[in-house]
Amino acid sequence: MIQSDATPNSSALDPKKSFQGLILTLQNFWAQKGAVILQPYDMEVGAGTFHPATTLRSLGKKPWKAAYVQPSRRPKDGRYGENPNRLQHYYQYQVILKPSPDNLQELYLQSLAAIGVDAALHDIRFVEDDWESPTLGAWGLGWECWCDGMEVSQFTYFQQVAGVECAPVSGELTYGLERLAMYVQGVENVYDLNFNGLDGDARITYGDVFLQAEQEYSRHNFEAANVEKLFGDFSRAEAECKALLAFGEQVDDKHHKMVLPAYDQCIKASHAFNLLDARGVISVTERQSYILRVRELAKACGAAWMKTEGAGR
Amino acid sequence: MNFRKSTMSDLLLELFSEEIPARMQAQAAADLKKLVTDALVERGLTYEAAESFVTPRRLTLHIVGLPVRQPDQREEKKGPRVGAPEAAVQGFLKSAGLASLDQARIETDKKGGQFYLAVIERPGAATLDVLAEILPAIIRNFPWPKAMRWGAHSAEPNCLRWVRPLHAIVATFGPETEEPEIVPFEIGGIKAGNTTYGHRFMAPQAIKVRRFDDYLTALGAAKVVLDPARRRDIILHDCKDLAFAQGLELVEDEGLLHEVAGLVEWPVVLMGEFDASFLDIPGEVIRATIRANQKCFVLRDPETGKLANKFLLVSNVIASDGGKAIAAGNGRVVRARLSDALYFWKTDQGPLPDYAHLGKPLDQRLAKLRALNIVFHQKLGTQGARVDRIMALARELAPLVGADAEKAARAAELAKADLVTEVVGEFPEVQGLMGRTYAELQAEDGEVAAAIEDHYKPQGPNDLIPSAPVSIAVALADKLDTLVGFWAIDEKPTGSKDPFALRRAALGVIRIILENGLRLRLASLFAEIARTFGVRDAAELAKSLLAFFADRLKVDLRDRGARHDLLDAVFALGEDDLVLIVSRINALDSFLKTEDGASLLAGYKRAGNILKAEEKKDGAGAFEKHPEANLRIEHEEHVLAAALDRAEREAGEALKAEDFEGAMHALTKLRAPVDAFFDKVTVNSENPDLRRNRLQLLAQLRRAIHLVADFSKIGGA
Repeated sequence: MIQSDATPNSSALDPKKSFQGLILTLQNFWAQKGAVILQPYDMEVGAGTFHPATTLRSLGKKPWKAAYVQPSRRPKDGRYGENPNRLQHYYQYQVILKPSPDNLQELYLQSLAAIGVDAALHDIRFVEDDWESPTLGAWGLGWECWCDGMEVSQFTYFQQVAGVECAPVSGELTYGLERLAMYVQGVENVYDLNFNGLDGDARITYGDVFLQAEQEYSRHNFEAANVEKLFGDFSRAEAECKALLAFGEQVDDKHHKMVLPAYDQCIKASHAFNLLDARGVISVTERQSYILRVRELAKACGAAWMKTEGAGR
Repeated sequence: MNFRKSTMSDLLLELFSEEIPARMQAQAAADLKKLVTDALVERGLTYEAAESFVTPRRLTLHIVGLPVRQPDQREEKKGPRVGAPEAAVQGFLKSAGLASLDQARIETDKKGGQFYLAVIERPGAATLDVLAEILPAIIRNFPWPKAMRWGAHSAEPNCLRWVRPLHAIVATFGPETEEPEIVPFEIGGIKAGNTTYGHRFMAPQAIKVRRFDDYLTALGAAKVVLDPARRRDIILHDCKDLAFAQGLELVEDEGLLHEVAGLVEWPVVLMGEFDASFLDIPGEVIRATIRANQKCFVLRDPETGKLANKFLLVSNVIASDGGKAIAAGNGRVVRARLSDALYFWKTDQGPLPDYAHLGKPLDQRLAKLRALNIVFHQKLGTQGARVDRIMALARELAPLVGADAEKAARAAELAKADLVTEVVGEFPEVQGLMGRTYAELQAEDGEVAAAIEDHYKPQGPNDLIPSAPVSIAVALADKLDTLVGFWAIDEKPTGSKDPFALRRAALGVIRIILENGLRLRLASLFAEIARTFGVRDAAELAKSLLAFFADRLKVDLRDRGARHDLLDAVFALGEDDLVLIVSRINALDSFLKTEDGASLLAGYKRAGNILKAEEKKDGAGAFEKHPEANLRIEHEEHVLAAALDRAEREAGEALKAEDFEGAMHALTKLRAPVDAFFDKVTVNSENPDLRRNRLQLLAQLRRAIHLVADFSKIGGA
């Protein structure tokens, strides 16, 4: 069914009726708050934090405001499409504000109101959750944000990223888009989410878009991914990251000219590790050493970034 | 009285921030009170009362009855003699803060010499100024377990750190009857004032406050219950009411109550529901799921004791729909969590990919545990190796505790298998319980299944002590392997550091042994286990570990109100059978409470002191020969000697029969002869033979008493 121009289909944009409407509303909200609206990073990452717009841009003194959707891959969370809440691929909405504004909590609550979460009707709570990313060499303090007992966002004041002290501190908001959408749409199964806000035959659900992918990728992550290749991927990415960092190092040791490509290799190594972990081929003791190896790469990239224009050197 | 009242003032301090983690709140409130009151007292400012409060967003201190000024201080400083070298004079002037010697007095000392004296008078500062000086330092150095930086200030090197961003400070000081003053200070760009804010959602407006009374009232009106104890009361009361109305009973949870009271400023209890079909999942798993993830209370049917498909949540708002949406939302999350739990629970009962050919479901998990080579401790090998050791030990212990050796070995084999199940991976607190449940599902023997759960017990002072023989064997094997293992690699607890919970393990062993009356020779048992760890000096390890047990036993006895100091007296005999040690202690305790006992102890001490003094002259052990009959001249010597021979004989026989009361009773007969001996006989006779013989008689008395306990180790009396 084609909508006539005279009656624009508002439900396609309604954050309470469509998944895309939720995303678009957040994009508009944060655009109006002065954030640069970026597009997803074009690599496989485990969380929106890995996007260089957060990891690297949160370092250094230059002010920075950005928001973007980031598809996130958690190979181990695959459930073959059978679990109504767990996905190995999902969307995060990521906001990064440097320095963290004094009214960050209020801004966050306003954004919830914008997508239809009414604080007079719902129980919104900030519950302690200290954030730490051992692979990124990063930590911060903040909360899980709960809406009626459901964790819908992570709220973090970055203290350290890639081994570098944050000065000033950035505020990071990460919205779990599927969870939020399930909440505002009143849906119990993620695959039942209305994606485009339309009804009848025109309705496209989250399952229509992603169910097959979840099934196939679960098989891939747990059963098929070639372990030898992944081990090779990890080592090659690690070596390449180091090589690129060495290449970009300047003689004066005060400038660096090849951080972003090197950081891509760090992301690659991290994803290879996540897949190996899902395949269950990394023992407990080895696990720690792989995490450390990725962290070393992230820290080297962070240190190099501090020698660039982007950090406001 | 009027005078006093008008000069006394109260402090109201509120630190208003973003949400403080629930687990840190109580300590923070206690710290704030202690730090501020200590700093005031240190500056001569005592107070009548102080109380602190905490909510998720504010830390509040109220101090009543502070003087408005510090007392004046007067200090005299003695200087150099008159006419002393210039350097000494200058040093004196500088240290006393004087401009010239004209400001010093000249005094005369006892010998007539003249010297300078500076009298330094410091008028007490206004308390308001003292507060303005101490509060910023306390806030800046507040002992949060973890503090953070935020905002534009965070780029500065010495920026303020707080648990979460600090937004406002109320600090007023003044008497009850007048407008209080604002304590003048500023920290991290925040100026202390008299403005606070109400509930985040229900009354976010700014509130002007004067002192604690109107502050408390205003907060109450602005939907903030300041006192955490009151919030807990409200929650508990409302939970019970709501449960009762449904014919259900609240499963009380003190830890959870404290936590949720730290998550809300205005508690509103609501009831939610989940599908009854989830009740197939073990109750403990449901409870763990709902508690850990949702911080909700579960309910049970008071008749059957089984969980109900309802739960209680504590929200922070009075919602416009009466809480329907909130309860429904929480219900959805609980259902999602329970479907996760159900998935784990079902998965655990099914075959494990790659291990499906290795026996029953739990055996497959054990195979995985072994294959993963999970390290238990760097120096103590893998979990798999540990399972093997515990199996062997449980098999060995079984006959000593009346258990079937095969069952004990089987239970030990499966005891750790649940560590690789999905449910335990998600909720570590249900380890053991899940092992038991899965063991029952795969038709293991009932005693084996029970032992899998019970082998971790007792976990705390109020936990149950295993009493079934198979459970005892595995529980002891598990703990003894841990204890001897860590002793073998020299990782003993030190001071407050006990990262492997070895004290708890030892106390667990002690309580299992005592409550079940197990007769174990611990020293040889320790040594035997130590040899399996390849320890060279197993006897030395056993001795050290046994001393550790003695310390633990002492703590245990003290906790149970027994006379723990008697342990040393009994332990000194080299006994390592805990059951015997404790019954000896008990007999000794009752004995010492009798007049005979107390008097005999006094006699023993007297004899001991004399012997000690004389042994210094004649050498240690000089009087250990049996006294000679023909050297007794006094009647009392004969009576004591006869009594000693009889007491030694009777006590010895009673001890052989482990009849400690009998042994003590045999000793009581010594009291009268001992008293009479000291009354009438001079030990240090001028005749050296008589002296030696009398000392030998006292040494015999000492030996007789040592049959029962080393009385020299008993305190008091």
